[in-house]
Amino acid sequence: MTLYGAIFYLLGIIILTATGLAVTRRQPVHAVLYLVVAFLGTAALFFLLGAPLLAAFVVIIYAGAIMVLVLFVIMLLQRSPQELRLLSKWGPATLLGVIFLAVAVAMVLKDSGSGIVLQGAVAQPRDFGRFLFDRYWLAVEIVSILFLVALVAIIHLGKRRDTEEIEKHPSPHPSPPRLPAGRQGGEGKGEGVNYHEEGHS
Amino acid sequence: MIVPLGHVFLLAGIIFSMGLVCLVAHRNLIMTLIGVEVMMNAAAIAFVAAALRWQLMEGQAFVLFILAVSAAEISLGLALVVSVYRRTGSIDPDRYDILKW
Repeated sequence: MTLYGAIFYLLGIIILTATGLAVTRRQPVHAVLYLVVAFLGTAALFFLLGAPLLAAFVVIIYAGAIMVLVLFVIMLLQRSPQELRLLSKWGPATLLGVIFLAVAVAMVLKDSGSGIVLQGAVAQPRDFGRFLFDRYWLAVEIVSILFLVALVAIIHLGKRRDTEEIEKHPSPHPSPPRLPAGRQGGEGKGEGVNYHEEGHS
Repeated sequence: MIVPLGHVFLLAGIIFSMGLVCLVAHRNLIMTLIGVEVMMNAAAIAFVAAALRWQLMEGQAFVLFILAVSAAEISLGLALVVSVYRRTGSIDPDRYDILKW
């Protein structure tokens, strides 16, 4: 076994252990922390398999941005259920999944192509970026549009709807009567601003 | 000369099934999203290994798109979780019964 092989198996053990611990935790915070370890191991694995740019992206996007986002949302929500589902509900589905995994493992082991030993090669970030924008520039643009769509959807979802809030929890301070137009500030300037100031005073 | 290709695929398959179990076993929407993330991670590992096997950069380009889609998916999913928590006060998907009558 070469040095690279030893590193691969070590990384594989780290990733499997961290992922296994993450998916069995009841507390989502613990799960996220173990998952950060798993993603850092994945980044090292990408580096080993010759994708340094992707390794950097995994560290920045997965382990950095996404996991911190998940942590923030976990802190935002107070009551989160910690018990698992009943085994009778998800057991059959998992059993089928295990059978599927066994078949897949058998296929991989039987396939003659899977015995081919990987040759080390590195896609330099410069070459990779050039390749990406040379041949897949349209896909890159589509991905940026996807992000824009997601951004608009998130803003729409995160907007607090006032009517809904009033319906659910009627606020202790009833909304003040609308002021006569003469007492408001500028013409085009926010009606809402004066409205709120008046309500609190 | 690193390892046989099959070993990387086995690693990816095991990680994928772990994510699947996480997806179906937890009664917490955040853990469900984490399971999806784990599954996408496994797919990315398989793609990088295939890119190295055939010495083509298409696999790595695809991993980049997987990363982007997964980032969009998790952010939108978390926004949905927060929205549904505001509406119902719970993030247990078994307790959503607004549409039931």
